[in-house]
Amino acid sequence: MSRIRRRDLLTGAALALAGGAAARAGVLKGELPWRSDAVSPPPRVEPGPWQFFTPEELPTIEALADRIIPPDAETPGGKDAGCVVFLDRQLAGAYGSAEGLYERPPFIQGVEQQGPQSSKTPAQTYRAALQALDQYCREGGGSGLPRGKRFAELALEEQDEVLHGLEGGTVHLSGLDAKQFFDALRKDIQDGFFADPIYGGNRDMCAWKMIGFPGARYDYRDWVNRHNERYPLSPVSIGGRADWTPRHR
Amino acid sequence: MPRRLPHKDVAIVGLGWTGSILANELTDAGLEVMAIERGPWRAAATDYPPNYAQDELRYRIRHELFLQPAQTTFTFRNRMSERALPIRNWGAFMPPNGVGGGGVHWNAETWRFLPSDFVLRSHLTKRYGARFLPADMTIQDWGVTYAELEPHYDRFEYLCGTCGQAGNLRGKILEGGNPFEGPRSRPYPNPPQQQPFSHTLFAQAARQLGYKPFPQPSGNLSQAYRNPLGVRQGPCSYCGFCEWFGCGNYSKASPQTTILPVLVRKPNFTARDQCEVTRINLEPSGRRATGVTFVDTSGQEWEQPADLVLLCAYTIFNVQLLMLSGIGQRYDPVANRGVIGRNFTHQTISDVVSFFDPKKFIFNPFIASGAIGMCIDEFNGDNFDHGPYGFVGGGYMGQVQTNGRPIETTPVPPGTPKWGAKWKQAVKENYLSAIKPGTGVHGSMYSYRDVYLDLDPTYKDRFGRPLVRITMDFHENELKQNRFLTDRFAAIFQAMGARQMDKQYRRAPYDITDYQTTHLCGGAIMGTDPKTSALNRYLQSWDVPNLFVMGASAFPQNAGYNPTGTLAALAYWSAQAIRTQYLKNPGPLVHA
Repeated sequence: MSRIRRRDLLTGAALALAGGAAARAGVLKGELPWRSDAVSPPPRVEPGPWQFFTPEELPTIEALADRIIPPDAETPGGKDAGCVVFLDRQLAGAYGSAEGLYERPPFIQGVEQQGPQSSKTPAQTYRAALQALDQYCREGGGSGLPRGKRFAELALEEQDEVLHGLEGGTVHLSGLDAKQFFDALRKDIQDGFFADPIYGGNRDMCAWKMIGFPGARYDYRDWVNRHNERYPLSPVSIGGRADWTPRHR
Repeated sequence: MPRRLPHKDVAIVGLGWTGSILANELTDAGLEVMAIERGPWRAAATDYPPNYAQDELRYRIRHELFLQPAQTTFTFRNRMSERALPIRNWGAFMPPNGVGGGGVHWNAETWRFLPSDFVLRSHLTKRYGARFLPADMTIQDWGVTYAELEPHYDRFEYLCGTCGQAGNLRGKILEGGNPFEGPRSRPYPNPPQQQPFSHTLFAQAARQLGYKPFPQPSGNLSQAYRNPLGVRQGPCSYCGFCEWFGCGNYSKASPQTTILPVLVRKPNFTARDQCEVTRINLEPSGRRATGVTFVDTSGQEWEQPADLVLLCAYTIFNVQLLMLSGIGQRYDPVANRGVIGRNFTHQTISDVVSFFDPKKFIFNPFIASGAIGMCIDEFNGDNFDHGPYGFVGGGYMGQVQTNGRPIETTPVPPGTPKWGAKWKQAVKENYLSAIKPGTGVHGSMYSYRDVYLDLDPTYKDRFGRPLVRITMDFHENELKQNRFLTDRFAAIFQAMGARQMDKQYRRAPYDITDYQTTHLCGGAIMGTDPKTSALNRYLQSWDVPNLFVMGASAFPQNAGYNPTGTLAALAYWSAQAIRTQYLKNPGPLVHA
């Protein structure tokens, strides 16, 4: 039978404590537990200094965001929609540090259907990948790219060509799985575009307006039977209405 | 040193659906019950109120209500010859955590299995002959019949206030319900939910094709309801944030909205949250449990002595605790011996995403509930003659789309790039006029000799215990089944007037990163023979008679339905056996 060592008990317990606001063992007896504000609402991303990206990285990630979601006449692109602000705060927080994920060794590359096995956190991966991407571009990308230019300095068509190469696995970046990085980058930027604007992206609910999603509403009983009729109300965020969202950055 | 708590009559491991049901039944019988739950207490008022419950990033993408892999996870490989690697972030399924368990964040799709599902091997052998089944398929009869479980299904549906249209009332087939269901003793307690546009169109097209569509049985309430325990729920508001989310509206059946308000107030009930059971303790003979050992968040170990131990955790954790406690013989697929870890299954899900003319169709996909939808059951279980097709099993299929949350549900037609201007344009053009049913084809997965659970030789959890190792791949029978069902599903969307369809067949190899459902089953199965089952027909351990193991870990194979209705019915069935037989004469209820 497996007996647990004291040391393992303590490290295991420490992890649980880091997990949540009220993460402490308790006894439920006699009445339903009422813990006021047991879980907090999400903290609103406020404009302000960058928390993760360096000045060196910013032009690169902003250019990437605008190729993944290009601006058009009606809807901003990834950059102006706030997707880079979103990603900055995500990478500076729990997502960036892989909090809550299983991070015990050994890290062994398996087959695709076994899932990512990287020992790097998302923050470490972005740090390395953005630098490697610019390096790749400066070196002429192995073929057609003009030498000496960073990703953000390339023509839009050339940028797209690099991204197709990352996506298709033909562009290799030193020290990391470039295809896996691109998949994560694409997903993160698109997550920021569609997530509640409280997280910094989807500015003024531009993505929700683009598609016709009414946002964090809670009651459609008046519309469930209105078949094939466009829902009339404009979107609302957890943090309030579109016209309340601060217009910064 | 573990601190020893005062003795209780019953120790329950896990306070989800089955733990709550058993605790309520056994406290009613006058027993002193202690429930020990790994995760936190959760309820709408404190944890997911409607002013911020509708947060797709937090709950769907970052999985806030679920177990964290850092707490514990599993390793996975397709075949015995491969090296298993840890699941570092959840994918194919989402283990629950906390009071209410999966009942907090489920969709509340509340089905009954077919009568033939419970006698599967004997039924199929009789109809098609033993040679029709693949040689390595290990399906079994359950040891309990639909007729025996019917009153217990009924109790669960009335507890939840399940909304639906009966299709078979005491043998009489009723228009508008599922004509294939087993006979039910009375109608559903509540009428079906209302159906949005795409769900209604699906039913029309299915009817034109000669099928008998019916509303999916739903634990999202169509109207206010007071259950037999006196607990009330309000009507569902179709907010479209159901699965992965807690309901801020008290309108999704969960232990919190149906049982716990009564249970927690009983003087003979106590629960501890944020405490993880690490071992079931046994007498030196190994034939009797003496209680459980658990750890709290400060690292303190506790011992809870009890006369009766009920394992009520999620499928794999039940199996893991049996293995780590040395209860029952572990399954060896090579020797084909042993029972703990045997007959592990999941589900065979596929989808058809279809695209309609945006000028003619506005589906408003965000108006939905977790168990909304119109389904057909013509291709489930053995509802059709499998003879010409060379496979067994099946599933319900339906337009059961639960949401239009835009991170997850912004489908684009096949051939569209995944990013860039064309992607953006396609998202914009198709959002309101595309249909993405989600678990549209809800296929069974039958059990095989080489699909099983054991302990990983390399990877450990935070307490230094070995992780459970999953060895699982799809077999040709399930892939054939899925191609057959997906094609028939697509034909219905064709009849609805889709201008383009993306048929997303389920393909091998089994992929641990691709979400199907959280319906993991088996590993500690019930049956009639201790050589091929861990539990008898009352979910009592063959080896340790004062231990009962609830949940889908008891399913010998998975059927083409969501499992909660059945695992809850089994919990009531087992509770009745404990109350009426075991307590009078504690010992084995079946002599093998």
